[in-house]
Amino acid sequence: MSELTFDSAVIGAGVMGANVALWLARGGMRTTLIDRGEICREASGVNAGTLTLHMTRAALIPYAMKGRALWLSSQAWLGADVGARSASGFSLAFTEAEEEMLVKRAEARSAMGAPIRIVTPAEARAIEPGINPTIRAAAFCALDGHVTAYLTGRGYRAALLQAGVALHEGHGVEGIGVSDAGYVIRRCGAAPIHARRIVLAGGVWLETMLAWLGQHVSVRCLINQLIVTERMRPVMRSVVGIANGLLSLKQFENGTVLIGGGWQGKGDPIRGGIEPIPDNLIGNIQLARHAIPALGETRVLRIWLGLESETEDAMPMVGPLPGLTEAYVIGCVHSGYTSAPYIGRLLAERILGREPEQPLFDPARLMKPRQEQA
Amino acid sequence: MSAADLIIVGGGPAGVEAALEAEAHGLSVILMDEAPQAGGQVYRAPPRAFSGAIQRQADPIGVRLRDRLSASRVQQFFDHTVWSVSPGFRVDALGPKGPVSYEARAVLAASGAQERVVPFPGWTRPEIVGLAGATIMLKSQGILPGRLTLVAGQGPLLLIVAIGILKAGGRVAAIVDLASRAEWLADWPALASRPDLAVRGLAWRAKLARAGVPILYRHAIRQVEKVGARRVSVTVGPVAANGMPLAAPLRGFEVDAVAVGNGLTASTDITRLLRAEHHFEPLRGGWAPKLDAYYRSSVSGLYVAGDGAGIAGAAAAACDGRLAGLCIAHDLGTVAEAEFRRAAAPLRRDAARARRFGTAMAKLMALRQGQVQAIPPETVLCRCEDITRAELTRAVGDGARSLNQLKAWTRCGMGPCQGRICGDVVGAVLVVEGGTREDVGQFTGRTPFRPLPLDQLAGDLAYADLKLPPPAPL
Ligand SMILES: Cc1cc2nc3c(=O)[nH]c(=O)nc-3n(C[C@H](O)[C@H](O)[C@H](O)COP(=O)(O)OP(=O)(O)OC[C@H]3O[C@@H](n4cnc5c(N)ncnc54)[C@H](O)[C@@H]3O)c2cc1C
Ligand SMILES: Cc1cc2nc3c(=O)[nH]c(=O)nc-3n(C[C@H](O)[C@H](O)[C@H](O)COP(=O)(O)OP(=O)(O)OC[C@H]3O[C@@H](n4cnc5c(N)ncnc54)[C@H](O)[C@@H]3O)c2cc1C
Repeated sequence: MSELTFDSAVIGAGVMGANVALWLARGGMRTTLIDRGEICREASGVNAGTLTLHMTRAALIPYAMKGRALWLSSQAWLGADVGARSASGFSLAFTEAEEEMLVKRAEARSAMGAPIRIVTPAEARAIEPGINPTIRAAAFCALDGHVTAYLTGRGYRAALLQAGVALHEGHGVEGIGVSDAGYVIRRCGAAPIHARRIVLAGGVWLETMLAWLGQHVSVRCLINQLIVTERMRPVMRSVVGIANGLLSLKQFENGTVLIGGGWQGKGDPIRGGIEPIPDNLIGNIQLARHAIPALGETRVLRIWLGLESETEDAMPMVGPLPGLTEAYVIGCVHSGYTSAPYIGRLLAERILGREPEQPLFDPARLMKPRQEQA
Repeated sequence: MSAADLIIVGGGPAGVEAALEAEAHGLSVILMDEAPQAGGQVYRAPPRAFSGAIQRQADPIGVRLRDRLSASRVQQFFDHTVWSVSPGFRVDALGPKGPVSYEARAVLAASGAQERVVPFPGWTRPEIVGLAGATIMLKSQGILPGRLTLVAGQGPLLLIVAIGILKAGGRVAAIVDLASRAEWLADWPALASRPDLAVRGLAWRAKLARAGVPILYRHAIRQVEKVGARRVSVTVGPVAANGMPLAAPLRGFEVDAVAVGNGLTASTDITRLLRAEHHFEPLRGGWAPKLDAYYRSSVSGLYVAGDGAGIAGAAAAACDGRLAGLCIAHDLGTVAEAEFRRAAAPLRRDAARARRFGTAMAKLMALRQGQVQAIPPETVLCRCEDITRAELTRAVGDGARSLNQLKAWTRCGMGPCQGRICGDVVGAVLVVEGGTREDVGQFTGRTPFRPLPLDQLAGDLAYADLKLPPPAPL
C-alpha cells in the first residue's frame, strides 16, 4: 500500500475533523487528516469555547451535555490540558419582555434535560456578586464552563499523531475524484491522496466541498465577533449571558475577560472575517458592561472575527452522503465546539460500523437538485 | 459623521508634509495623531506646560513643521488615538471627548515605526530603556535614563542617544555597537548624499572622544544583572559579523541605566488590518506593505508613506510624505497630469536622495541571524506574557509553523502590545527553527490598534436605548 493510501481520509482539521480522525484511528483504521492550513486555525481555534447550555439549541442539549462532560475529562481521553474548566452559568433578564423570554427558553431547555432553573436577583447575586443589581430575574445552570479554544490544535495534534493519524497540513484540497478503489483527493501543490472512505469536515467551506461530489447544499456563513480585554482583578466566576442570547461573558484564570454573543462583523468564506462593524463592537461591549458593571475598569485589547456555519434549517449535517459509498459529512452544529468531542465520536462509530448511541443528522434532507448550468 | 477627501493617520514628518501638500492641491484633509502635537517620534514637541528653556531646545525642523501646519487649513485632531480603519473608508478614534469617526475617499497611513530589542537575559529589568524611548525622554522632557548609562545595540540611534545624554549633563559608560567601524564607513558614499548629516555625525564622534566615551565595535550585551538599589552590572562581549557571540574577552560595566535598541520596524497596523499585501525587506526593518511608485498599497485608496512603508528615516519620510500628498491629489483628480509630472519630478529626486541616506542607516539596524540564534533558551521573548524562547521551541516541536499558530499555542503576542514589540524577533526565531519569513508570516492585524478603555468606548447609555440585533434562535 502506498504511503498516500488510507482507509479513511478526513478533510478539514477543525475540531470536528480532528475528533472523527482520532476515533477512526483509535478504531483501527489507517487514517489521514488533511487541512489547507494548520490544524484548528479557523472556527475551532478562535471560538469562545463556552460550554454553556443556556445558548445551545434545545434539540441539541443531550449532545452538548455529553460533549461538555468529555471536554472536562479531556486529560483522560485526549491526554492534553486544553484549559477545560467547569463553572456555573447565568442567563439574565433586565426587562419584562426579557424575563418572559428567559422563562420560556429555560423551560424548553429543561424539557430537553438541561438542569436550568429560574432564580431571584438576590439568589443570583449571592452566587455571582458582580452581576448588575438591576436584573429582574436570572436562569441558573450548574453545568456550564469553558475551554481555552486556542489550545485545541495543540492538544489534538499530539493525540492524533500518537493515535497514528497521518496529518497533512498546508495543502488545500481542490477536488475529489471517485474511483473503483474509493476516492482520489487532489491537493494544491502536493501529491493526491487515495482513500476508501472520506469525511468532509470543512466548516463554512462545506458547501464548496460537497459540490466536488455533486451534492448541493446551502451553507450560511456567520461572521462572529469576539472581544478580549486586558487582565483585570477577578470580577466574575460564572459564565454570564442574557435571555436573548446576545451576550456571552467569562473571565479566565489569567484575568482576561472574553466578550461574545454572536454579534456580526463583515467577511465571507473566501476572504475570511475581514472587519468588525464598529457599531456592533460598541453595542456588544455596552451590553457586557451592563451585565457586569466592573468591566468598565478594563481596556479592550483585541477584537476578532470567526466563521461559523449554519444549514438552512439550522440543524447539524452529520452522516453519510446520499448516493455515494462511504462518503460522510460533519458540520454546521450549533454550539459545535461544545458537542464536537461527542458528535465526532458518534460519526466515527457509524463509520466503524457500529450503531451510534444517539441519532445522527441526515444530510439528505438538505440536498437540492443539481443546479442547471446557465 | 464628518467626511473629508483624505484622512492621514500620523502627524510625523511624513504625515504633516503629505497633509500640507494635499491641502495645497485642493483636497480637504483630516490629520490625526495620538500625540498632543505634530512632529512624530523624531520631532516630538516638549509638552506645552514646559519651560522656555526646554521649548528652545526643540528641533527647529519640528518647530517649522508645526508652524506650517497651524497656518494651513488641514483639520487637525491631536490627542486622538486611531483604533480602527474600515474599507471605504471610515476611521475610528478615541479622543479627549470620547469615540469619534470620520469618513474619507482615501487614507494615508503615516504611522511610523517602533523599536526592536533583541532579548538577552535581564532585558526586561526596569533599569533598561529602549534607545528610541530614550530619545523621546531626552528631547521631549530633558530626562536622563540615569546618571551613568551604557548605550548599546545598533544603528544611528546609538550616537543620537549618547550625544543627547552628554548634552543633558549625564555620563555615558560606553557605546556597545554591533557594527564594525568598517561597516559605518562602508556607506560613506550614501552618507555623502547628505553632507549636513555626515558632518554632524563626525562632530558627534569628536565630542564622544573628548568626553572619553569608549566605543566597543562588534560587541553586544550578554546579560544584565541587578547589583544594588538601581544599579546593574552589564556583561558585554565581542560578536562575529553575523552577530553571533564570540567566546572572549568579556567586559563588565556597573551603571544605573542601560539604553539598548536593535533598530526599528515599520508600524503596519493599518495595512495588516486591511489585508494589504506585504513583503519582507530585511534592510528596511522587515515586513512592509507593497507599494507602487505612487505610494498606493494593494488596497485601493489606501496609501502609505514614511517609516510605516519600511524604515528610511526622518528626511526620507518628509520627502516621501510630500510626494505621497501630491500623488493622492493626482489620484483624486485635483491635479492635472501635466502639472503632476512637473511637480513630481523634483520631489522624486529629493526623495531618492534622502532614501539613499536613510537606507544606509536602516542597513546598520538590520537584524542579523547570529543575534537571533544566540538568544538563550530561558530568555523571555514576549514580555507582555512572559514567554521564553524555550517555550517557543517546544511549541515548534509540537508542530506550530506560523507565527499565528505559535501565538495560539503559547500566548506569545497576546498581551497589551499585541506582538508589536516582539513580533519581528519571534518571526526571526521561527525562521531559525526552520522555515522562511514568508512561511512564518505576520501576526494577523486586528483592531483596536491600541488598548481602549472599555468605559470610554461604551459611553453612557441607558439599557433601553441599546440597539440590539434580533434574539438568537432557541
Ligand atoms: C467566533 C465564534 C465563537 C464561537 N463560540 C462558540 C462557543 O462559545 N461554544 C461553542 O460550543 N461553539 C462556538 N462556536 C462554534 C464552533 O466554533 C464551531 O461549531 C466549530 O468550531 C466548528 O468546527 P469545524 O471543525 O466544523 O469547522 P472549522 O474549525 O472551521 O474547520 C474547518 C477546517 O476546514 C479547513 N478547510 C477548508 N477548506 C479546505 C480545503 N479546501 N482543503 C482542506 N482543508 C480545508 C479549514 O482550514 C478548517 O481548518 C463559535 C464559533 C465562532 C466562529
Ligand atoms: C520612539 C522613536 C524615537 C526615534 N527617535 C529618533 C531620533 O531621535 N532621531 C531620528 O533621526 N530618528 C528617530 N527615530 C526614527 C524616526 O522616528 C523616523 O525615521 C521618522 O520619524 C519617520 O517619520 P514618520 O512620519 O514616518 O513617522 P513618525 O515620526 O513616527 O510619526 C508617526 C506618528 O503617527 C502617530 N500614530 C501612529 N499610530 C497611530 C494611531 N493608531 N493613532 C494615532 N496616531 C498614531 C504617532 O503618534 C506618530 O506621531 C525614532 C523612532 C522611534 C520609533
